[in-house]
Amino acid sequence: MIRVALAGNPNSGKTTLFNALTGSSAHVGNWPGVTVDKREGEYKRKGYEPISIIDLPGIYSLSPYTPEEVISRNYIIDEKPDCVINVVDATNLERNLYLTTQLLEMDVPIVIALNMIDVVKKNKDEINYNKLSKALGVPVLPVSALKEKDFSSLMQVVNEEASKKRKGTTLLEKTNLNDLVNEIKGLYEEKGENNSLFHSIKLIEGDSIERKNHEKIYQKVEEFKSNFNDETFGNDLEAIIADERYKFIQEECSISFKKHQEPEYIVDKKGRKKKVKEGTISDRIDKVLTNRIFGLIIFVVILFFVFHLTFGEDLFYLKAMGAFNNTDVTLGAGTTWEGILFSSGTGIQSPGVLLQTILVGFTDFITEQVGIGLDLAGASSWANALICDGILAGIFSVLSFLPQILLLFLFFSILEDSGYMARVAFILDRIFRRFGVSGRAFMPMIMGFGCSIPAMTNTRTLATDRERTATIRVIPFFSCSAKLPILTACAGATVTLFGVGNADLITLGMYGAGIIIAIIALLVLRSTTLRGETPPFIMELPAYHWPKFSSLMLHVWDKCKHFVKKAFTIILVSNLVIWVLQSFTPSWQYIEYGDDGFVTGLTTNDSILANIGKIIQPLFTPLGFGSQLGTFGWVFAVGAITGLIAKENVIATFAMLGAVVASVPGVGGIVSDIEGASDVAMMIQATNINIPGILAFVVFNMTTIPCFAAVATAKAELNKGKLKNTIVFWLITSYIAGTIIYLVGTWWWTVFIVLVVIALAIVSIHFINKARDKKANLTLNN
Amino acid sequence: MEKTLDTFKIGEKGVIIKVNGEGVTRRRLFDMGVTPGANAKLVKKAPLGDPIEITIRNYELTLRKNEAKQVTLKVED
Ligand SMILES: Nc1nc2c(ncn2[C@@H]2O[C@H](COP(=O)(O)OP(=O)(O)O)[C@@H](O)[C@H]2O)c(=O)[nH]1
Ligand SMILES: [Mg+2]
Repeated sequence: MIRVALAGNPNSGKTTLFNALTGSSAHVGNWPGVTVDKREGEYKRKGYEPISIIDLPGIYSLSPYTPEEVISRNYIIDEKPDCVINVVDATNLERNLYLTTQLLEMDVPIVIALNMIDVVKKNKDEINYNKLSKALGVPVLPVSALKEKDFSSLMQVVNEEASKKRKGTTLLEKTNLNDLVNEIKGLYEEKGENNSLFHSIKLIEGDSIERKNHEKIYQKVEEFKSNFNDETFGNDLEAIIADERYKFIQEECSISFKKHQEPEYIVDKKGRKKKVKEGTISDRIDKVLTNRIFGLIIFVVILFFVFHLTFGEDLFYLKAMGAFNNTDVTLGAGTTWEGILFSSGTGIQSPGVLLQTILVGFTDFITEQVGIGLDLAGASSWANALICDGILAGIFSVLSFLPQILLLFLFFSILEDSGYMARVAFILDRIFRRFGVSGRAFMPMIMGFGCSIPAMTNTRTLATDRERTATIRVIPFFSCSAKLPILTACAGATVTLFGVGNADLITLGMYGAGIIIAIIALLVLRSTTLRGETPPFIMELPAYHWPKFSSLMLHVWDKCKHFVKKAFTIILVSNLVIWVLQSFTPSWQYIEYGDDGFVTGLTTNDSILANIGKIIQPLFTPLGFGSQLGTFGWVFAVGAITGLIAKENVIATFAMLGAVVASVPGVGGIVSDIEGASDVAMMIQATNINIPGILAFVVFNMTTIPCFAAVATAKAELNKGKLKNTIVFWLITSYIAGTIIYLVGTWWWTVFIVLVVIALAIVSIHFINKARDKKANLTLNN
Repeated sequence: MEKTLDTFKIGEKGVIIKVNGEGVTRRRLFDMGVTPGANAKLVKKAPLGDPIEITIRNYELTLRKNEAKQVTLKVED
């Protein structure tokens, strides 16, 4: 089968073309660098052999400085596709053709797909394809990946070209570097290297990969350089070649492009002259969105709405503002849907919460029916519990997040595809640079408030590995929606029980604590294990445009598939394990739990899980929820473990034990309308944990290893071998953060000890780094 | 008059005459079309004054002042 690779600048429309050719659902986006790894698909046409299509990551050049460039370059060199379709954004010829001049140097047939031709036509610009084709020496075909359906003429040409062999060509032929190129090329050919022209020119450019592999041949280049002197560039061959490329484009190619000149004045019907507004619509939108004063405010407002529409329980705060005080209405009264969409008690639900409520209603119904069915079929009570509580409840609790994750994704895709996200990076870079990451890192971090999984996937758009790793590591500290119940339940219990403060403020404070920990962690990481220069921020700002509905849907559907797959694999297995651990005693007696509580006198307190909890409990003593607690103290330790499956389990574990704990004297009597708060309150009464201990527990859960689904995503996104350290990092961070909160909260004077330790740490990091730099400098100079 | 890109005022135009520095950043600038001979115009600055946005080769490019410092341009007096 013929293999055809798509190569081109980010945002030139490769993925759109890929999707159109293969009927696939890869993600398109108006954000430089959305495709990071390559994708494969098949182009099928009646009566012809199918063609394999590979979507390569978007690149501006074939220099080896970003992972995308290395992937694309190696693919063409090593995998030797039969043809490369170079997707060129026709509205931005000059910069796009820069990559083309490099691709042409490779020994591979090339067809240029001049994309976005619809926009060119709309602008009334003209392009002379024949002239362009002649200048470049390869076929040039106008296409519109977005608007057209039929690509048979393009694929016809691709098919023809693929059957021919093509030797690389270079524009340096007509320059005074030609002799050098030929000499070096000869040396490569002697070594039997393919793509000798490409390699030789890269070597002359001083390309780091090439130099590493062919240091000997590079001597020849050095020799040449010592005798060479250009008027403007001296012997800086890299600059000369870049200059020659652009000169070639301007002189040979740009003449084929004729820009339509808008008249400066238009004459309206009444014969009056009117000045045409300056700038495109995109420019005018941009002026507002990145305004010096309002830019940041607009951004915060947009962000607020995205989260509010996804997670808000009280849409637009209508209820809080008293909109329903005088009326007592409930939509769908008397039906199963009573109060779901709207009730005067809770207000209107946001689309995200509404969808979640409906989904949960549906899955609960299934669980219930399956339970009834199993009972009828005579299944034993443990088999029933295994299926309903172990398997179904586990999967459904994860699936219940699907609506909100998808909605969050949809909103972020709209912002991204419209081109706004690139501007956000532009606005925020100044702030983020202080923490050792670029403005681009903002996106994944903020998405973390919704769910760590899409957030981690999004780190692919970051420029360097170190930045990517650091960002993935701090994403869980941006407390996700599944952690919210821990925050609200613990805050609610603390307030009702101890009568201190305000539950909302405590919750907000915990969010703040997470952000501060993230910032500190970034600073520490970027000055210790992930040390390195702040990555440069040189980024294209694509023009704004309306997101296309179908591509948004495709993207959301793509995410949906991944998430569901995970729910049924890794999460299912881990759920089963925990269920078994909490449902059996160490001697494998089943702990039966019925509608009225535990049936056989055995309680979760006797389970394997509780026993494990009791063993690890002392580990949490410095954090205030370890050995100092009473009989049921292990539940905090276990809550932390079950939280690994899904963070909702933390409070769910408390709820399961509520029935047992309620019989302890002096426990109970706390009523709170915050979900889970009364369970937590009972645990607090039963264990005598103090306030700093609870706060430490919350912060520990917020910053420790995230749920399994997020860990699996981190594994996929991190470089090989980085996951182990990342998990250790999460454990250490949460342990230290929890300890500090407990210590300082309980004995205020320990704050001085903490400060001294921090100061010592900063000083030693500083000196270690200095010593390292010195060593590095020495080796460099030698 | 010659001046570096980071000292440009909004709306100021110039022709690039030299890209200083070395390594990754310089290469990146070349790859993005910031090469001698190209026309550049400072379109705007981010709300916090840095990074900046320029128009070059008919598209919008953003870079930090720190990187812009490496680019020398010739401007009409
Ligand atoms: N008007 C127009 N827009 C297009 C065309 N092809 C792609 N786009 C849009 O350009 C943006 C970038 O496309 P994408 O396929 O993600 O580019 P990639 O980065 O090269 O994969 C998307 O918003 C597309 O909808 C086209 O032919 N015409
Ligand atoms: Mg793409």
